[in-house]
Parts: sequence; structure tokens; C-alpha cells
Amino acid sequence: MWVLSGIVIIILGFALRLNPMVVILAAAAATGLAGGLDLHAIIAAFGKAFNEARYVSIIWMILPVIGLLEAHGLQERAREIITRLKGATTGRILLGYLVLRQLSAAIGLTSIAGHAQTVRPLLAPMAEASAEAQAGALNPALRDEIREWSAATDNVGLFFGEDIFLAIGSILLMKGVMEQYGIMLEPFELSVWAIPSAVAALLVHGWRLRRLDRRLAALGRAAASGNSAA
Amino acid sequence: MITLQWVYALAGLFFAAVSLAGLRQRDNPRRWGTAAFWGLLALSMWAGDRIGDFGNGLLVIALTLIAGTGQLGRPADGPRALTRPLAPALRIFAIALIVPATALVGGFALKAAPALAEGKQATLIALALGTLLALAVGLQWLGARPRIALDEGSRLLGAVGWAAILPQMLASLGAVFALAGVGQVVGGLIRGVIPSTSLLAAVLAYGLGMALFTMVMGNAFAAFPVMMAAVGLPLLITDFHGDPAIICAIGMLAGFSGTLMTPMAANFNLVPAVLLGLRDRNGVVWRQVPTALPLLAINCALIYLLAFRP
Repeated sequence: MWVLSGIVIIILGFALRLNPMVVILAAAAATGLAGGLDLHAIIAAFGKAFNEARYVSIIWMILPVIGLLEAHGLQERAREIITRLKGATTGRILLGYLVLRQLSAAIGLTSIAGHAQTVRPLLAPMAEASAEAQAGALNPALRDEIREWSAATDNVGLFFGEDIFLAIGSILLMKGVMEQYGIMLEPFELSVWAIPSAVAALLVHGWRLRRLDRRLAALGRAAASGNSAA
Repeated sequence: MITLQWVYALAGLFFAAVSLAGLRQRDNPRRWGTAAFWGLLALSMWAGDRIGDFGNGLLVIALTLIAGTGQLGRPADGPRALTRPLAPALRIFAIALIVPATALVGGFALKAAPALAEGKQATLIALALGTLLALAVGLQWLGARPRIALDEGSRLLGAVGWAAILPQMLASLGAVFALAGVGQVVGGLIRGVIPSTSLLAAVLAYGLGMALFTMVMGNAFAAFPVMMAAVGLPLLITDFHGDPAIICAIGMLAGFSGTLMTPMAANFNLVPAVLLGLRDRNGVVWRQVPTALPLLAINCALIYLLAFRP
């Protein structure tokens, strides 16, 4: 039972907004000790996993490219395009991105988009620019909200697209786990059953994006009538 | 043959450059901590396979001490040096699309040419190649000095700060959890509370358990073996004769709904908050909850309706 103490530490630490790195090490120490490992073994296990997970952090290499492009006006150009596009609304832009993200992930192209690759340099500035066109100048809270929508839309598209691809990690994991129990599954059977949930994700998130558009339009009307009254 | 080691060497080069850039900021009182943090990360990329498991563990502890004591300086995310006049839109978008395009084409090409690159890592290698290519083309087309790319890259990474290695830290925590047997304990708890006669209760325990355990571990991959052993296999597949493929596939997606609702999935939920400069670290998570909860319910319903047809 005490091995669950790490989970409690994580939840408390995140809730109290302590430094997550410290919280994670504390949780690892508590769980490891409760699970009968000595300190040396815990440090070694953590270090081994940290080393094996280095591939997660290589995405940061892209930052010089993004920095270079942003210094030459990438975000400003992305905004310009949106303001020139007729009928472009925040919700429609995000919905279009959601569909593209789901489709590309479904054919295995999970790394062609992402928070560093596409959301910060392209999607978020475009969504912000169209939100400004819809609702007028964005206050900081609304600007943050539009950015949150951009990141959230990328995640939803990725998660509920990638499992349709045959060779993605989670499909191979499921196949491997079930083989241990003597149940042989074909990757194709697993990937085809990811389709109903992918459609549901498109509908649910798409519906929320439509509501976002309506809210932005209402804000814009309120701002306009406020101006004319004044 | 190009292997992942080459990519790590390249990433190490970037972190080392950021470390040196930090050292040069003589007016920054935290420059030693900043330089040490990114320098250690460069060391991890370059020599991680040579310093042993315990050595890597000590490296993580050192990184945590620097971050935990506030010695890692963050640059003010102030007005960046925007070049005027702006570069032509077509040119700038073409460069921006080089990385995704190379990842796309290169991923396929490298998989087709196993002699050229390590096949399993083709996507990551293609991503690194795309970055290099975009950088080279970008510097050329925009007529920029390499210094600008490095300075801007350092500034952006500095703004991300220690959040840059949270995903790696959380993955490592998951490994310790697994070693200590957290999964078995959680599985035992769940088995203890659900009645074994109700199909609906079993489906809910499996779907909600996948989501909850994913939220705790930050990763549906860690939750799947546990929930399959605790509920999926003994109840849904063995007792109720459910279709294993459907139970696996949609159960995993119930877990993905959980991924949308947890700060533990740092690379999806915390990293964008930092990258986009959000004031609320959990802003992305809160935005996703109203999408995730209906999807979780739908996934449970799909398992219930689809997996147990006679």
C-alpha cells in the first residue's frame, strides 16, 4: 500500500505548485523505498530510464529555426494571411487543423506537427488573428484562452488519430501485452477499432469549436454596439 | 549508417551552445546555474550511454538541485529582435514547412533505405535532418547570420526552462513506479471494489480505470498492462467473452482521454503552456477537460455496445 505514497506526493506537489522536478524525485524516492528498493537502486533505475527517454527532448533542437523565422516575422506573416482570408474564423481554422492533424496522424505522420513545430509558430498566431477580427482586441485572458484552444486542438487531433495507424507505439504495445496472455491480435483489427472514437473526437471537439466561434462573434457584436453607443 | 546517436550528438551541440550563451550573460546573477543546467543536459546527450545508470541518476539529481534552488535563470520574454522589414511571406512559410516536409518524406525514404539509417528511428532522424536543412536554407534565404538563430533559439529554450526536461523526468518516474509494483497494487485495489457479476460495472471500471491511472502516470502506455491484467482480461475477456481487439483498442483511447486531463503528460499539456507563454500552467489541461470527459463516456459506451455482441 505504501508504494502509492509517490502518487500522493505527485498530486500534492502539483496542487501546491512546488517545483515539479523536486516533486518527481521525491515521489520516485518514496515509491522506490516503499517498494523495497535501496537508494542506490532507485537512483540507478531513474537514471537508466532518463537516459533511455532522451529522444523525447531532441524536439528542442527545432528552436533555433523557429527563433530565426520569428525574428523575420513568421508570426506577423501568419496573422496577415488570416486577416486577408474571407470567412476565416478561429473555430474554422482550428477545426480545419483538427481534421488535418487527425488524418496525418492516422497515416503515421505524428511528427510533422506539434506544439513546437506548428502550434507556436503558425496555428496560435493564426487563431489569435482571426479571434481579433471576430471579437476585437483581445484582453490577456482571452488571448491565453485562444492559445490554449490551439494547443488543445493539436493534442485532441493527435491522440484520436494516431491509433488508426498500424505501426504506432500503442498498437504494438497492445499486441505485445496480449501475446503474453496467448491472445494473438493483428495490428489491423486494433487500428480499425480506433475509428469510432476518432469520429467522436472530431464531433465533440468540433462542436465546442463552433460554440467558441459563436461566443467570439457575440463579443464582437457587444464591442461594436458599445462603440456606437459611446 | 545514421543512428539515433548522431541525433543526440546534434542535440547535445545545441544544449552546449545554450550553456555557453548563458555563461556569456555577465549581468545575469544566475548565469552559473543556467550554464551548468544546459551543460549537464549536453553531457547527457553526448555521454549518457557511457556514464552508467547511477551516473545518469546523479546527473538528474544535479539538474533537479539547480532547478529546485532557483539557480536556473530565465530570460525576460521581452520584445524580441524583430527584423525590419519582414521577410517575404512565401519565403518564410516555405522555410517553416521544410521541417514537416522533411519529416514526412525523410521518414518514408529512410525506412525504405535501411542501409542509410536506423529504420526504427527513421522519424526522429528525419526530424533532425529537417531541422538542419531548414536552418541552412533559412540562413541563406533570409540572409541572416547564424548568431541570430542561436541567440533566438537560446532565448526560446531559456523561456521554456526546466520544463524542457519534465517529459523525460516523468517517463523516468514511471519506470520507478513500475519497478516498485505500483501497477499491481492499483490493479488489486480495483479488483477489490468492483462486483464481478455486472458487465456494466466491469466496463466502467476498465474504462474509468484506464483514464484515472493514465492521469496518475501521465501515460496510457503505463496504464494499459495494469488495467488489462486487473479487469480487462479476467472479467471482460474471460468471464464476459468480449472481443479482445475492441476492448484493447477502445480501452487505450479511454486512457488517451485521461492524457488530456493531466499535467503529468508534460510534453502535451505543460510544454505548450510554456511555449505559448500562458500565465496558467494548467490552462491547456482545463481547456481539454470538456472534450475529454464526453469522449471518455463515449469510449466506455462503445466498449459496452460493440465488444459484447453475440
